[in-house]
Amino acid sequence: MQRYSALSLAWHALRGNRHWQPAWRDAKPRTGYEVVVIGGGGHGLATAYYLAKKHGIRNVAVLERGAIGLGNSGRNTQVVRSNYFYPASSSFYDHSLKLYEGLSHELNFNVMLSQRGVLNLGHSEHEMEMLRRWCNAIRMNGIDSEMLTREEIKRLAPPLNLDGRYPVLGGFIQRRAGICRHDAVVWGYARGASALGVDIVQNCEVTGFDVFGNRVRGVSTPQGLISANRVVMSVAGYSSALGKLAALKLPITTMALQAMVTEPVKPVLNTMVISGLVHAYVSQSDRGEIVIGGGADAYNSYAQRGGLPQMRSVLGAVVELFPSFSRLKLMRQWAGRVDITPDTSPLMGLTPVEGLFINCGWGTGGYKAIPAGGDTMAQTIATGKPHPLIAGFSLNRFRTGALVDEGAAAGVAH
Amino acid sequence: MLRLNCPYCGVRDETEFVFGGPSHVARPGFEVDDKTWTSYLFSRENPAGTHLERWGHVYGCGRWFNVARDTRTHEVLQTYVMGAPPPDSTDA
Repeated sequence: MQRYSALSLAWHALRGNRHWQPAWRDAKPRTGYEVVVIGGGGHGLATAYYLAKKHGIRNVAVLERGAIGLGNSGRNTQVVRSNYFYPASSSFYDHSLKLYEGLSHELNFNVMLSQRGVLNLGHSEHEMEMLRRWCNAIRMNGIDSEMLTREEIKRLAPPLNLDGRYPVLGGFIQRRAGICRHDAVVWGYARGASALGVDIVQNCEVTGFDVFGNRVRGVSTPQGLISANRVVMSVAGYSSALGKLAALKLPITTMALQAMVTEPVKPVLNTMVISGLVHAYVSQSDRGEIVIGGGADAYNSYAQRGGLPQMRSVLGAVVELFPSFSRLKLMRQWAGRVDITPDTSPLMGLTPVEGLFINCGWGTGGYKAIPAGGDTMAQTIATGKPHPLIAGFSLNRFRTGALVDEGAAAGVAH
Repeated sequence: MLRLNCPYCGVRDETEFVFGGPSHVARPGFEVDDKTWTSYLFSRENPAGTHLERWGHVYGCGRWFNVARDTRTHEVLQTYVMGAPPPDSTDA
């Protein structure tokens, strides 16, 4: 692996940038591996990376149906934060945020983490009480969070209209939260994993599982059978369809979550703003585009395409909060297939099939979980026991009733 | 924008309706094991293909009906009244 540095940048520039090597190796599949990871998104690639890096398991393949990073990993709004309510969630997501804080160095790849803060708005006295409760819970969990007054919010986000249809009474902010370039996270993990010997195989769809007795022995693909005693499914919105091939019926509903960006403008907003009440969130990218998101579309969808009614609802909220944005043109609008669980918390760990692991159920918030998802799944696969941070997110919780009903997963009441 | 054919009112825009989740989910009796009950409460078919679902015409006649819709293309294949059997040609 070529290491990136200011020196290497200058050296390659002097030689006309003709000698850069590909960041990672596009591999052909072999007939067998110790571990097969299905899904070349952030979670799958991070799982492979930590298996190789921390557990010495380098005989690993990542099988991706299309090209890496083109699913939800390339369709999210790049938000990283750990302002969750329940201890099970906050300890997991803060582990993830801490890994993000060191990720550029860990991967020798600039992931452009910008900890510009995530601000949640309150629009009524009752909502302010709930925000205070939420903010205190976060602090009790040992994570930074502070309440802000109207005046502080005005200084922090000048274009925000505090006296709109739903006036802003206050809010709370997690200052360590922010945004982080999603393509860089995917490519950084792919490059790191590849350098450690992991095979990244693109255009290789898993069409079935080889299960003998109750034990997984491999997966079938159009390129042939690939044997592996340990297989992890990391395919987000396609988890139900893939799980069905292993006779698993999962508590997952696949829906479209859309996002959109405007034309780029000069810097106007230096923090991420979320309103749970009108269900919209806004940030400005380093390129100057206003990045906008909101709630998922109402019905089941695998189309990776959002509908007009939901888009109208989100944009109506955004222009009321930021009247000056109403003059901006939208450049792009897209949607991802999000895998929503009944309690909006992820589904991670072991499955009833021995040797088959699952990492899904991220719903509308999987991007921020990539480093911790990879780290904890790698340990779970290496040891055969759930990592302590994900023990509460097992499939079993729907039978025992120990749900982690995390409405805060998207900063809104679901 | 979806256009749904309400069996009582005809074709209307999606904004007149509310989505009601999967149809034909049968509630098991009281004497069931945890696995069956868990599956009833939480597990979903969630097909990439024909999905049988309930919609309510809340900003219209107020009545509920069933829709067979392709989740990959959003194409509405059929609408039918509550209580009617599901259409045969499903690849769910």
